Formats: sequence, structure tokens, C-alpha cells
Amino acid sequence: MAAADARARGERLHGALLRLYPASFRLEYGAEMRADFAKRRRRSGGIGVVALWLDTLIDVLHNAVRVHFDVLRQDLRFTFRTLARAPGFTATAVLLAGLGVAATTASFSVADHVLLRPLPFRDSDRLVKLWESDVEQGGRNVVSPAHFRDWKRLSHSFAGMEDFHTQSVNLVGDGEPQRLDGAAMGAGMLPLLGRDPLLGRRFTADDDRHGAPGTVIVSESLWRSRFAGDRAVLGRKVLLDDEPYEVIGVMPADFTFPNAHTDLWTTNRFGNDSFEERSDTYTEVVARLRPGITREEAQAEMRGITAQLAKSFADDESITALVLDLRGEIPRQSRVLLFALCGAALCMLLTACTNLASLLMSRAMARRRELAVRTALGGGRERLLRQLLTESLVLAGAGGVLGVVAAAVALPMLSRLVPPVLPFPAAATLNLRVLAATALITAITGVAFGVVPVARACMRVNAADLREGARGGAGERRERLRAALVVAEVTATVVLLVCSGLLLRALMLLQDTPVGFRSEGVLAMRTDLPLPRYGKTAERVRFYRSVLEDVRAQPGVTDVAFVTDLPMVRKGGMWAIALDERPDREQENYAYLRYVTPGYFGSMGIPLRRGRDVAESDGAEAQPVAVVSQSFVDLIWPGADPLNRTFRFANQQRRVIGVVGDVRVRGLEQESPPQVYLSYQQVPDDNIIGYIPRQLVIRSRLPAASLVAAVRGIVGRVDPRQPVSGVRPLADVVSTEMAPRTLQARVLGLFTLVAFLLAGIGLHGLLAFTVSARAPEIGLRLALGAERREILRLVLGRGAALAAGGIVLGAVLAFAAGNALRAVLAGVSPYDPVTFGGALGLAAVMTLAGSLLPALRATRLDPLPILRGE
Amino acid sequence: MAADPASIDSFLPLPTAAFHILLSLADSDRHGYGIIQEVEARTDGELRLSAGTLYRSIQRMLEQGLLVEVDERPAPEEDDERRRYYRITALGGAVARAEVQRLAKLVKMARAVGFAPGRA
Repeated sequence: MAAADARARGERLHGALLRLYPASFRLEYGAEMRADFAKRRRRSGGIGVVALWLDTLIDVLHNAVRVHFDVLRQDLRFTFRTLARAPGFTATAVLLAGLGVAATTASFSVADHVLLRPLPFRDSDRLVKLWESDVEQGGRNVVSPAHFRDWKRLSHSFAGMEDFHTQSVNLVGDGEPQRLDGAAMGAGMLPLLGRDPLLGRRFTADDDRHGAPGTVIVSESLWRSRFAGDRAVLGRKVLLDDEPYEVIGVMPADFTFPNAHTDLWTTNRFGNDSFEERSDTYTEVVARLRPGITREEAQAEMRGITAQLAKSFADDESITALVLDLRGEIPRQSRVLLFALCGAALCMLLTACTNLASLLMSRAMARRRELAVRTALGGGRERLLRQLLTESLVLAGAGGVLGVVAAAVALPMLSRLVPPVLPFPAAATLNLRVLAATALITAITGVAFGVVPVARACMRVNAADLREGARGGAGERRERLRAALVVAEVTATVVLLVCSGLLLRALMLLQDTPVGFRSEGVLAMRTDLPLPRYGKTAERVRFYRSVLEDVRAQPGVTDVAFVTDLPMVRKGGMWAIALDERPDREQENYAYLRYVTPGYFGSMGIPLRRGRDVAESDGAEAQPVAVVSQSFVDLIWPGADPLNRTFRFANQQRRVIGVVGDVRVRGLEQESPPQVYLSYQQVPDDNIIGYIPRQLVIRSRLPAASLVAAVRGIVGRVDPRQPVSGVRPLADVVSTEMAPRTLQARVLGLFTLVAFLLAGIGLHGLLAFTVSARAPEIGLRLALGAERREILRLVLGRGAALAAGGIVLGAVLAFAAGNALRAVLAGVSPYDPVTFGGALGLAAVMTLAGSLLPALRATRLDPLPILRGE
Repeated sequence: MAADPASIDSFLPLPTAAFHILLSLADSDRHGYGIIQEVEARTDGELRLSAGTLYRSIQRMLEQGLLVEVDERPAPEEDDERRRYYRITALGGAVARAEVQRLAKLVKMARAVGFAPGRA
């Protein structure tokens, strides 16, 4: 009795073990395997039973894996065969999955790169940046060395605080003179950031002393391009703006501080005079929070310190300190844009996935009989499920591969959506986490929509399917699901249509904004004169005159001039306007300061409204003169004649000699304060050095290309140590200013177009399916004398009802989305009726286009064969 | 089934289990356990096919057309238990013969260098 019990238990255990095999295999051979086992069990006893169990266990484990693998191989073979037989379906499904994966992967990779990924410094989340801020007006400004010194001395929240400021320098060594972006920083900056040179050493306190010999660390890319990657670069002497420096190190390629295009680093070497002018703000402050201190605590301490400083120094009272994380510099527009991008990508993924689901479902419906037969013939549900699963995963996998390739291609373009202000590599790289997540989403979609409903339907109705001609039936629920999918697609499309419409309106608005100058036919380039050598104004005037004279003699050149900086390139540089008659209002009005050589307005195409241009006769000894912009006149002397009036500006009394048109100095999206242009000869020696003219603008009738080499030659003849940099057509300045917008409109537009097409196709697919499923009903109606027009109305009405649901839902969501986009709309209302009207109109067109074909097909149905049941 | 030589070659070399299964079915149809016993007897107990290996091989060989299933009937020695019987197909026979030829060739080559017993 006990022996029989033990045997029964053993057999149950064996049966459980067999469950490791696929059900189909078990179904086929399970009984025999059990019988074989029972027989062997009867024949063995004692130690033999143990051996038998061990034997069986190993056997099952070993073979179950192989059988599963056999099934997989079979399914894959079958999948490839069926997919190859339906290339249209396969291509569409792969394309859909690919689109979804590509859009989300690319967008989320950029967002992750910009907003989430740790910056390339040790414990980068503990690093903060400190800014000066106006107590009342807010804002974020760079810091004066004096403030930095006091903050560092008085604060306790930070484990370290260092400063840096960017500076462009002329590098002269062996080879062409080169203009490079660099940064001067405190000796403690590299330890603070936790980074070491690839080669050589960090700066020491001695390097940072006032009057210390110059030391420079170069970037890896400069080391490779300029010094051929030679390790002997250490100890080499180079000239930076004519001053000798010794190369002491090379930083690794991923050291992108303060931004990706910084090529060299030097020390501050502040002298006492650097700390005298407390409002001379030009340095940027980085600090590391002490362990356990939060940013908010540090902020509170800094507020106290600045209040204390305000008491000791009269000029400080409106200044407070802002403690922001390193990503605080990312413009709000860029953040909004990234969110918009991710939202658009999600919309696209949604439409792609719903279409994919729809496609898989209609295919499964078409294959219902085949599947039902296969289920009935054996192999069972499990085999069918596995088959469907394999098929879905293969499609999703192929789509995933396609998506990754597309994302890799799109990434560099998307990366340009964010201005390169941050300390990380400019281009985002493919993000594996994001990739895995999107692949998973696609796979889940494939399974959830392609396998589950089909399998459930097949299992429930297979008997019925086998009996009758498999018409209609069982479709009701699935059609509801598909209808919901179509509504979702239309919703996403409407949201995207509205958002890209709004961005497009903003773009058009900006394109129509007059910039104030004519950029066609103007070539711009920079010659930054190094200071010690060109400290005296007379020296510079000689340089400018020689260059201008020779350039003017070039064929085709009509106008040429030097100016401090191009509009929109440098957006700062303002000074207070003071009037003798209103000395009390000194701090109220500001204007842009630019020094120009005669002919600047002609070169730029800025109209001279009254008076005259700056002339050669406005020399160093003559009375200081100024040409002002129209808005200056409107602001200071509205309605009066401005000529020969005087005002105090940039430390001197100036007489107005001319009035010119206004220029959008701050870029297209912002109103510009007035502009004041001064004579290039009237720059005081070694003073206002940030404003000395360096930008050459040449108006020419001939193509710019021929001119560049000639001008380089001219500059080289006048001063062989002087590099020419930043060669570009002036039109580039404007298009660069527009580039992020143009790009965002294009990217979003592309997403929208795809979603639009997908939604149309989805709608078409659903209606075509409905029409064929309802063919008997429609046929009957036609036979009973229904007008074809009624049938048309029936199908179109169904399409319209679905679309209307999506459109209403989409319009509501679009209101919210438009509102969130407000920061990048440049004044276009997020509820812009034209945009909404256009988007809804397009959605209606899409509905009509998607419904028309199935509707027409329905009216052309021949009732007779349908009614006969064929 | 007149199998063409190319398709026969595609089965070679035959897995050991498959070869022995074909051999055991050469003279009569057998059920699964019968095959195990036959193989064990033929190899003097050296090769005992495990149940998993046996049925996995059978499943594959059925798909490949080397075997067919014949009607279910009670196993003679098992009184009432109903068993499935398997029969070798013409293709199965051809494949087994091709495998034997392949092995014979190998043995001949081995003999030529003195690696095998028998005449060179």
C-alpha cells in the first residue's frame, strides 16, 4: 500500500517535471514518457530509484531546453516564410515600429543628454554656479572678481569656490596664427571639478600669482591638431595675444569646460587692481557644496553675505547672489522645446503603435481561419501563441533596428536644438537605456495588440470559424478597440498639428521682423587685435586704415568698415546715457555702444536718416561725436531736432552728428535698446578695451569666396602675426539666429506629417475593415433598394464620428500644449485662431481622405454574390 | 519516395540517436519504449537513449519525414497500454544507408593510415 502511494507520488512528481517541456511536446509524448518512466521505476529498486531520478532529472533539463529551441527555430522559420509572402505588410509593420522607436529614441536621448546625464566632473550634482542678481529686477549676471573674492572668503556652505572667465586669444607659435576660445581660471578649478590633465600637470597657486609667467593647458583636440599629438608639447612656448606662455598640460577630450569648444585654459593671475572696481562683472563662479549642505541652505547663506556686503559697500545694495545648479544655464526655451520634442515623439510613438496594432489585428482577422485550423489540428493554443509572439517580436525587432539607425542619423541634427552653452559634448550620443525602453514599448505593443486579442478571439470562436464562412462575427469588440485606437491617433495628430502650426506662425512672424540692416552681399570676418601691442588707439588706427584701404581696392567691393561687434552676435555691451539737463536720470536709459570706422552704415545697409556718418576728421583730438539710432532720439529728445545736441556716454560728452535706422542688436525675438555709434579714433588709449573694433564687414558685388583669400592676404601683409577668424556671410548671422527655430519647426513639422499620414492610414484601415465586415449588411440594404448615396453617408458618417471624437479631444489637449509652449512662441497667442482653424481643417481633410476610398468601395458592392454567401 | 541525393546529403552526418533509431526500426515498427530497449540490446547496453532524447529525436525525424507514425495499438508485452508505433520511411532508409556509406568511407580512410583494425 505504502509502496503504491510512493509510486503515485513519484509519478506526480515526474509529471510535474515534464512541465518543463513545451505543452505541444508534452501533449504529444507526455503519456508515453510517463509510461516509460513508470515501467523503469517498477524494474528498479533501492539505490536504482535514486539513479533513475537523477538520470531523469538530467534528461529533462537537458532536452527541455533543446525542444524549446527547436520550437523557436521552427517558429522563426515559419515567421520568415509568412512575412516574406506578405512583403507589403512586413514593410509597413517594420516601418511603423521603426518610426516610433526612432522618434522616441532620438528625442529622449537628446533630453537625457541635456537635462539628466551627469556632467563630466566628479560628483557633478554637488557643483553649483553662483551669479549676481539684481534684488528687484532678478536676472542672472556674471560676477566681479571683488565679489567673488568676498563670497569665497565669507561663505561656509562650500567645500571650494573658484572662478573663470572665457576669453578668445590669438595663438601664435609655429604655423598659422589661430583664433581660439579659452578660459582663464583660478588654480583650484581643476581640483574643484575633480579632473586631471591627460598629460602634464594642473595649475599651482604659483601659476596663478599676479605677474607669474604664463602657463597654459591645451585641449586634446588642439593638442592633436596643432601639436600633432606630440608628448613633447609640454614645456613648449607659445604666444597668446603676444604674451609668452608655457604649455604645461593637455586635458582629456571629454573635459568640456566651460563648453565644448574651449581649446585652452590659463590662470587668472589677478592683480590688486582687478579687485578695485566692484561693479566690473566678467567672471563666472563655480562652487562645490560642502557635504550635507543643500543648495537652498547655500542660497540662504549667500543672501545673508550679500546683504552684509551691501552694508559695507554703498554700490552693492541692489546685488544679491543666486546659487543655481550647473544646468541652470539651459535657456527656458530649450527646456520647453525638449519637452515639446519628447511629447511629439510620444504622440508619434502612439500613432505608430496604434497603427501597428491595427495592422496586426486586421492581419490576424484575415488569418483567423488558418489559425483556427492550426489550433484545432493540434499543437494547441500554446503553439499558436508562441507562433504569434515570435512573429510580433520579429517585426518589432526589425523595426527596432531600423529605428536605431534612423535615430543615430537624426541625433546630430536634434542636438543642435540646444545652444552649446553647457559643459558637455555638443552632440548627444545614442542612449542605451532609452533605446532599451523604446524597444520594450514597441515589443509590448506588438504583444498586447498583436497577440493577446487575436489569441483570445481565436480560442473562443475557433469552432464557429470552422463551421461557417468566417464572415463578420466576433468583430464587434475588436472594432471598438480599433475605433478607440483611431480616436487616439486623430487626437495625437491634432495636438501635433496645432503645436507645429504655432511654431510655424512664430517663425513666420520672426522672419518678417525687419532686422535693420541688409545682409545680402556682405561678408564678415574678425581680426581681434591683441592688447599689449595694440593698446594705443593710434596703433590700431594704422592697422584699420591699411587693411581698409587695400580691401576697398579689391574688385567688386563697394563698402568696407570695422565695427566693435556684429549685431545679434554680441548681445550685450550697454552703457548709461546721461544728459546735462537731466543729471538725476542717469541710471535710467541705456544704449548699445559700438565703435565704427567711416562707411559702416553703408556696408551694413543701415539707412542714414539725418546728419552725417562718422568721418576720418573725427580724430582723437577732435570733439567726441556720436551717431545715434532713431529709437535713441525717440527716447531722449522726442519730437526735437537731435543734431548737435550733446549727452554724456561712456565717460565722455558726445555731440550728435547723425541719426540712423534701428538695428535688432539683441536678436529677432527681443526689442533692442537704442544704439550709439562712436568714431573708432576716439577710443581712449588702454580704455574701454572690450569695445575696440575687431569685426570687418565688406559689401561686395562679387561672390564672397573670391574675396576671402584676398583679405587674408591683406591682413597678413599688414600684420603677419594677426589671425583672421569667423569668416562668414552676414546672412549667416541672421540665419544662425533663426536656426534653432527653423530646426524646431522642421523637426516638429516632420513628426506632424508622419502622425498625420499615420492617422489617415489608420482611419482608412479601420473603415475598409468595417466595410468588408459589414458587406452582407450593406449588400442587403442595397438589395432592398437603398440609395448608394445613403451607403456613402453611412460609411463617411462613421469616419466623421470617429474623427470628431479625436478632434475634440485633440483640441482640448492642444490648448494645454500650446500654453506650455508659450515661452517659444515669440508672442504668437497659444490660442491663435488661425492655427487652430487650420489644424482642425486639416484634420477634417484627413478624415475625408481616409474615409472616401472605403466609402466608395461600399457603394460599389455587388449585392448578389454577397447575399448568396460567397 | 524517391529522394534526391542532395536532399539526403543534407541530413548527414546523422546524430547518433537518430541513426540508432533508424537502425532499430529497420526490421519492424516499434513504439518509443520498444526503440529504447532495442537500441540497448543492439549495443549490448552501451547506449541507453533517455526518454527526452528519444522523443525529441522522434519529433524532429517525423518533421523531416524520416519516420511516420502508424496506428496506435496495445503493446504486446504491456497488455492494455495503448502505444504509438513508428515506422521508417523510404527517405529514412535512404538516409540511414547514406550515413553508413559515409561512416564506411571514414573507416576506410582511417585504415589507410593504420588507425583502424583490419586490412589496409
